[in-house]
Amino acid sequence: MKRVIDYIRSLFLFELFRGLGLTGRYMLSRPFTLEYPEEKAPVSPRFRGLHALRRYPNGEERCIACKLCEAVCPALAITIEAEPREDGSRRTTRYDIDLFKCIYCGFCEESCPVDSIVETRIYEYHFENRGEQIMTKEKLLAIGDQYEEQLAADRVKRAALY
Amino acid sequence: MDSLIAIWDSLPLVVQILLKIMLIVAPLMVLVAYYTYAERKVIGHMQVRMGPNRVGFFGYRMFGLGQPIADAVKLMFKEIIIPSGANKLLFLIAPMLAIAPALAAWAVFPFDAEWVLADVNAGLLYILALTSLGVYGVIIAGWASNSKYSLLGAMRSAAQIVAYEIPMGFALVGVLVAAGSLNLREIVLAQQGSLLHWFWLPLLPLFVIYFVSGVAETNRAPFDVAEGESEIVAGFHVEYSGMTFAVFFLAEYANMILISALSSLLFLGGWLSPFQGTALEGAFEWVPGFIWLLGKTFLFMFLFLWFRATFPRYRYDQIMRLGWKVFMPITIVWIVVIGAMKVGQLPWWFD
Repeated sequence: MKRVIDYIRSLFLFELFRGLGLTGRYMLSRPFTLEYPEEKAPVSPRFRGLHALRRYPNGEERCIACKLCEAVCPALAITIEAEPREDGSRRTTRYDIDLFKCIYCGFCEESCPVDSIVETRIYEYHFENRGEQIMTKEKLLAIGDQYEEQLAADRVKRAALY
Repeated sequence: MDSLIAIWDSLPLVVQILLKIMLIVAPLMVLVAYYTYAERKVIGHMQVRMGPNRVGFFGYRMFGLGQPIADAVKLMFKEIIIPSGANKLLFLIAPMLAIAPALAAWAVFPFDAEWVLADVNAGLLYILALTSLGVYGVIIAGWASNSKYSLLGAMRSAAQIVAYEIPMGFALVGVLVAAGSLNLREIVLAQQGSLLHWFWLPLLPLFVIYFVSGVAETNRAPFDVAEGESEIVAGFHVEYSGMTFAVFFLAEYANMILISALSSLLFLGGWLSPFQGTALEGAFEWVPGFIWLLGKTFLFMFLFLWFRATFPRYRYDQIMRLGWKVFMPITIVWIVVIGAMKVGQLPWWFD
């Protein structure tokens, strides 16, 4: 009996019509598409994009060359060289991140005791020449200066969330 | 107006016919181009995407209406690669063999009561013959490419096209029994009356089978195993590139339009108004018959896209089973039923 019913159902294309109904309904619904360059998807405050080095409000760079980020980096993307500055404080003379090696895990940020190295929300960047993928200390500090406001706000939001 | 008619009459017959052919083929080609656009748009929306919406004209996006033009230009500028060891002559003839029948079939197609290029008595036979010719394009393309993949693809396509030709032919036999004529114009005139007088009702199984066979015959989803873009790339035209590929593409879409137009002609009363003979007839008097035909054709063209967005691909043996073991018996049985209805002078349709 079941076979007969199944046969009749398949002969009259019962399920095919149901399928057509489904796609027909979806055709009339609104597309989910975000038209990328004009519209952008929301980004979480925990987003891990391009790196930056932050400064204190008085302009002093945060990094104290403890090299914890270099040690924790699983991709060995960070290279740090340090020397005492004239005033005797310990500062980096070189802080390079190789973005080809970096896997954006965010461990550097987590390990940093002074919230110096951070990952920003920036995810649209590219390199046109070999060597540009090395983020030097100057470039990182420049990004940090440019986005300090948002970086600080994001840290506050993260603290509130988790 | 009179002077225009005088100029027209003074033209040699050949020129008149050529102009008429232009008048059919040029809009058809535009329609084919925009059918590809409609396909991407419709399937996009069914998948809750947007479809092409960037390429427009003169710096305006216009919902991506420039997309088919851009695609055509791109294909025209691409290199035509002829595989080593291919039979060059046949390789280049095959796409023409594919598109020629798809275009030539329109010669006997009545767009309105008087709008027909060649009012052939055996119009239906002519169309059946031409649609069958399309297989040669497929099989020659597959063979001339000198590639085992295209040959296998061509075999699968050809087997499928030939298999579905038969139920399609039987469906047409039903139509001509009902209409009592092979002339497409007279087939439409036999359906006069409101939409209940059209042949889709008494010939419902044949109508469904005709359209589904048409989908299978044009190698469209869900019967596109031979092409199967998501699994085997292309089938018989893998070795084709540039404009030669574009011609196959055009032929496929032109065939889809032809099948849609024929379905509306044979089963949905062609250019006849659906309100003919009802109270609403006067209200829709101003709509030209051509528009009705176009509307009905668009309905079927949309169905092609809807099917493609909805159904998963049939397995090859299922395709063959459906063609030979389901459609064939149903059509044969229904031809007998039609004969009985015809003899019994069933009111509306056969009196």
